[in-house]
Amino acid sequence: MSNLLNVSPSPHTHGKESTQKLMLNVVVALIPAFITSIFYFGIGAVIVTITSVASCLLFEYLIQRFILKKPISITDGSALVTGILLAFNLPSNIPVLTIITGSFIAIAVAKMTFGGLGNNPFNPALVGRVFMLISFPVQMTSWPVPKGLATGYADAVTGATPLAIIKEGLKNGESLSSLMDQIPTPAQMFLGNIGGSIGEVAAVALLIGFVYLLIRKVITWHIPVSVIGSMAIFTTILWLVNPERNANPMFHILAGGVLLGAIFMATDYVTSPMVPKAMLIYGCGIGIITVIIRVYGAYPEGVSFAILIMNAFVPLMNAYIKPKRFGEEVKNG
Amino acid sequence: MLKTFPKGGVHPPENKITADIPIEYLPLPESVTIPLSQHIGTPSIPAVNKGDSVKTGQVIATGKGFVSANIHSSVSGKVNRIDFALDSTGYKQTAVFIDVEGDEWIGTIDRSKEINREVKLSSEDIIKRCFESGIVGLGGATFPSHVKLTVPSGKKCEVLIINGIECEPFLTSDHRLMLEKGEEILTGVSILMKALKVEKAMIGIENNKPDAIAHIRKLVSAFTGMSVHPLKVKYPQGAEKQLIKALTGREVPSGRLPLDVGAVVHNVGTAFAVYEAVQKNKPLFERVVTVTGKSLSKPGNYMARTGTPLSRLIEAAGGLPGDTGKIINGGPMMGKAVINTDVPVVKGMSGVVLIPREESVRDEIKPCIRCAKCISVCPLNLEPYLLMTLSEKGLFERAEKERITDCMECGSCSFTCPASRPLLDYIRLGKSSVIKMVRERNLK
Repeated sequence: MSNLLNVSPSPHTHGKESTQKLMLNVVVALIPAFITSIFYFGIGAVIVTITSVASCLLFEYLIQRFILKKPISITDGSALVTGILLAFNLPSNIPVLTIITGSFIAIAVAKMTFGGLGNNPFNPALVGRVFMLISFPVQMTSWPVPKGLATGYADAVTGATPLAIIKEGLKNGESLSSLMDQIPTPAQMFLGNIGGSIGEVAAVALLIGFVYLLIRKVITWHIPVSVIGSMAIFTTILWLVNPERNANPMFHILAGGVLLGAIFMATDYVTSPMVPKAMLIYGCGIGIITVIIRVYGAYPEGVSFAILIMNAFVPLMNAYIKPKRFGEEVKNG
Repeated sequence: MLKTFPKGGVHPPENKITADIPIEYLPLPESVTIPLSQHIGTPSIPAVNKGDSVKTGQVIATGKGFVSANIHSSVSGKVNRIDFALDSTGYKQTAVFIDVEGDEWIGTIDRSKEINREVKLSSEDIIKRCFESGIVGLGGATFPSHVKLTVPSGKKCEVLIINGIECEPFLTSDHRLMLEKGEEILTGVSILMKALKVEKAMIGIENNKPDAIAHIRKLVSAFTGMSVHPLKVKYPQGAEKQLIKALTGREVPSGRLPLDVGAVVHNVGTAFAVYEAVQKNKPLFERVVTVTGKSLSKPGNYMARTGTPLSRLIEAAGGLPGDTGKIINGGPMMGKAVINTDVPVVKGMSGVVLIPREESVRDEIKPCIRCAKCISVCPLNLEPYLLMTLSEKGLFERAEKERITDCMECGSCSFTCPASRPLLDYIRLGKSSVIKMVRERNLK
């Protein structure tokens, strides 16, 4: 037969899912948060996001092209997602060179040194962000006050985040009730009209993204729900014990990077567990560590650290937490 | 809310383009090639010699041992030779080559069209007749049916499950059989119930065949102890353990048989073959084969004699399309790609699917991104990504502990992997290595 047949083992058909499509779905899910960030922080949000995405893609390209000498795979969308997530974790007035430094750490150090996509133990965007937080503490903690499109970039008026207000106030011996007039209302926090990183402020936009990711089956509910659920339980207990020193659970969940972290960062495929049971443990770990850092630690916010700490446990969880197999017999009975 | 099996599964495009096309009898070819191993178990021993004249339905090879099956001539003619031939799995095996001279059936076969519903044979005689008639599981696994009907002492069959799922994309042979031979199938079910001494039979049909569900439901009222159960469409529901779980909620333990939870599963095609064997004394030498593919001009369901070369089926279906890149014996999820169109129709061949060239090549393999989709679709709740890695690295002891031998090779993991990784290829490698390792260990 001149026209030779292909012979290969089954299955002979493939669902049309691909890495690229999954990554692009994450990007789509981040669009509402990006739009609200422009609405609150103006041109700064655009500058920071574009710089971060462009530098992440460039570093990945340069490393693959000149150091690894491997096929270029920047079109798979993973560096694009890392770039957006890194930007969403930064204040909207951060200098361009600082962003490029963070992107370099995220892509070159946290991702490519481990072998690229699929092999990095820690979330690259968070490694970049924490590096920047430790190296450039002033730039990383001066948050522009949301003033819409007029916010400006380098000349933005800055203020504190709700979490920082509480942290400072309590340190100065004030009680929560006396700080109430300084912190935003739950409605403001839900809509995102507060100081903070570009992508973390608008809870409603992040929740829309969450619903989209669930509908497109990009992620499952396990990690986001366990992060938020464990935080809610832990902060409720603390709040009931001492409402003058511990903020209520609603405040904790809406303030800072909890929703961005729980929905988009903790669920990063490569650095999160693969079995539902382990996902729940991982999520609860993130929730509890976040609250411990926020309430007892030196930093006002702890989501990034909590996720990175739990990232370290993922290989262990993948090795020892097993799904219940079909037909698995119960021992001794 | 329709029932289905709870864990895993995928939804490949159904492509049941031949669902409305009635079964057509395929004309006899000039010669047939009948392999001597068309079942799971020991190959049969030839009972004819070169130059012998044979009639349609005559035994040409006898089953060797308990797990084996008789093989019958599908035509009348002269034995040309007994020689090696490539079969549909790509291996060479012994086959009987017969030059077709006509279609003279042996006298014992009742060729009347009337449906005979009265079962006269005893349980033992039914099982004996199934063995003599070469009945094997026609869903694709080809396990000799008389073995499944023989309930070992100490075990009891509580329910007979009839598999009318046909969850493979493209295939419609069982669907057509249910529509056109419904009463024969149900009589076959009553025969199987008598053989197993069981009072209850559950017929599972996926909800994408509403006409078959309605038809069988209408007929079933005339029989006792049978019920029809529509199930939610999900691949691989036709897998024995998944079907038992969906219908009864019972979970067959790892490494055990359905009978351990009181169930026996037979396919609707097998029930039809059992009817013909027991009521009409007709051995198994023909079956319904779906010949299909998006580029075929005349796809259809054909009643074909065993040993007929695939080329004859494809001719009947409008000829081989120029863009054919792959020909599958069976469905696209679990079927085997054949090497050429000379391979013969065998008892277990439920369909021939022609895949266009551009769809016949696999996508480029990308790195694993640990998305865990392979775990979530595995109906046995294994971790395919891990089994692949362990097999790749030769860590077979660990693969055994991770239950690689539970894998039934349904292909849901490879189907769903966004990085197009060849998960099942490596799992097969690991599985066979583990089975070999365990066998050697048991010898010591």
